[in-house]
Amino acid sequence: MSGAATVEGRFAGPLGAFSLDAGFSFPAKGLTALIGPSGSGKTTLLRCIAGLIRLPGALRVSGEVWQDAAAFLPPHRRAVGMVFQEASLLPHLTVAGNLAYGMKRAGTAQTIARDEVVEMLGLGPLLSRSTANLSGGERQRVAIGRALLSQPRLLLMDEPLAGLDAASKAEIAPYLERLHRALSIPVLYVSHDLAEVTRLADHVLVMGEGRVVEMRKGEPGQGEADASLAHLSAEDIRSLARAALKAGLKPQAGGS
Amino acid sequence: MITLTRRQQLFGLAAAGSAFALGIRPAFAAETQVAVAANFTEPAREIASLFRTATGHAATLTFGSSGQIYTQLSRGAPYEVFLSADSDRPSRAEQDGLGVPRSRFTYAIGRIVLFAKTPGLVDANGQVLKTGNFQHIAIADPAAAPYGAAAVQTMRKMGVYDKLKSKIVMGTSITQTYQFVDTGSAELGFVALSQVINLTGGSRWVVPATNHAPIHQQAILLHPGQANPAAKAFLDFLKTPAAIAVIRRYGYEAP
Amino acid sequence: MSEVVWTTIRLAGLTTVLLLALATPLAWWLARNKSWWKEIIAAITALPIVLPPTVLGFYLLIALAPQSPLMAPFHALGIRTLNFTFTGLVIGSVIYSLPFAVQPIRNAFEAMGPRPMEVAATLRAGPLDAFLTVAVPMARKGYLAAAVLVFAHTVGEFGVVLMIGGAIPGKTQVVSTRIYQLVESMQFGQAHKLAAGLLAFAFAVLLALFLIERRTARTGL
Repeated sequence: MSGAATVEGRFAGPLGAFSLDAGFSFPAKGLTALIGPSGSGKTTLLRCIAGLIRLPGALRVSGEVWQDAAAFLPPHRRAVGMVFQEASLLPHLTVAGNLAYGMKRAGTAQTIARDEVVEMLGLGPLLSRSTANLSGGERQRVAIGRALLSQPRLLLMDEPLAGLDAASKAEIAPYLERLHRALSIPVLYVSHDLAEVTRLADHVLVMGEGRVVEMRKGEPGQGEADASLAHLSAEDIRSLARAALKAGLKPQAGGS
Repeated sequence: MITLTRRQQLFGLAAAGSAFALGIRPAFAAETQVAVAANFTEPAREIASLFRTATGHAATLTFGSSGQIYTQLSRGAPYEVFLSADSDRPSRAEQDGLGVPRSRFTYAIGRIVLFAKTPGLVDANGQVLKTGNFQHIAIADPAAAPYGAAAVQTMRKMGVYDKLKSKIVMGTSITQTYQFVDTGSAELGFVALSQVINLTGGSRWVVPATNHAPIHQQAILLHPGQANPAAKAFLDFLKTPAAIAVIRRYGYEAP
Repeated sequence: MSEVVWTTIRLAGLTTVLLLALATPLAWWLARNKSWWKEIIAAITALPIVLPPTVLGFYLLIALAPQSPLMAPFHALGIRTLNFTFTGLVIGSVIYSLPFAVQPIRNAFEAMGPRPMEVAATLRAGPLDAFLTVAVPMARKGYLAAAVLVFAHTVGEFGVVLMIGGAIPGKTQVVSTRIYQLVESMQFGQAHKLAAGLLAFAFAVLLALFLIERRTARTGL
């Protein structure tokens, strides 16, 4: 199951009360949702993929080896973009400064253009503002824009909507849709909100107790825009979650 | 059994009483606070010890430069006796009402020594001052220590002061000055004769007294000590042959 | 009198600049390291706070004397001792004020938390790059506090200077020991002038520090 068009890997190591032993593979196109209960290791897996944690394992992104038994690329050498749950904007820089930070360091071959990103995420009016007084939704949009402008080959998003109130979530939802349709790089999107997953995901990974228990791929359509889990109805996803539950997982309301 | 006549008994009592009055091993001993100029540190310790044996009184000694001591005095420090390195400060003490009138006297006449730990550095005539073959020369701060003032006078008399000025390092007292020389940080320095008289080794020039104003070291009784017999006794003890012998042994002239 | 003040300012200024540089890697290590013996190093760093200055001065006197092994490499350059030198005072001041630089900077780095450095890494900044462009700017408040504290603390330094200075005008005669000298020689008028100046300076320093605190509390950085 290897090929230039997948992100695949495995990580194993201690994780709090239990161990992580997660092998996974998902297409290098479209949005893959990573779902599972609290404490199942979703954030840890994301951090391993980003290189922020070093656990024994392997990772290959579109044929490029980011980690194996012999090598480990540190995070600043990986073409990875990460959006954290709390936007974590750099407070000593303006919005424009935050956007430029990764861009400046990404080399000359830049395929994702600043104007596009600014337009797509509606960041125009915010550019010269300091990060201090932005709303939650605005902060996350800046965080996403910043990650994109570092020219990643893989975008990781760790429950980016979890810290927002309903109004901000509603505000940012259209931007996520737009993003989903416009991007040609894969997105790994951690969420515990099934509705969100249904709406956005092309593929699904389910985690439980440190292991990836299910993988479902949607069928790619003619273009990315058609790659959806339409054939996997909401009901299907719920049954997926139930199966995971039966496998001994403890779901928790909210938060992961 | 010998019976004593009444007259003999009275005589015995009087004798014993006089012995008490003269302070010869009295039943109770007093204590006195004595401030001593740093140059007199070692001799003062010896004298205090002899003082205790002779009178039973204890002299508690505090050391510092004459300037340091005088400043503390004028701010109410509870010293009872002041042994200065000059006559200027005891005289001022008397004028300022800090000292008891007519209790002032010269207890020693001081000598300075140009001393180096390195043998051969200081010649017997102090010519090393003219060649200036060293990086640092230590003296006591002349404003606070009369021995420092004497060092400056000596250098001026030899006509080397201006030339050596940039090499001078000042200690806050003659004790610190000696530390500078002793640790080798200053190759040589002007210290008190009493500090090096028992040392062998090193090289020295005992500065002839004609090179500077005579260092008349005076002692004075201070007001807190006026009612303390031990204080007066200490001052008196300085004039006894036993004390004078110590003073001479440390290189001072006894007046 | 102005020479004394200028020497003091030179000493405090040089010590501040040196310490901000020296304290940075130490503070960073203390903020990020998790080894069990980290707090031992932290305690050693904080020692000058509780050590009587005369103790520090005494050990410096010995360490900088000609026969000290530390001075051996200097002999070839014709330097016998660093006692009585401005350089010696700088060394003493750097040790004496070290904790006042390390503490605020360490606190600022700790307050930042690990996230900003992670963000920088995912935005392709290497460790040194991230340190200089994220950690240091974010620790601005700590650096400012450290600079003010070190400067003021060095201006007030007395015991160390007294032990190894030698009171050489223009080199090792600073305001604090000069006041002492003037008092010893009964020149109270001059002493008052210097002392009052020092008092006003100390007050200004504290005021500045408090205003910085207030301002940064409001703007958040």
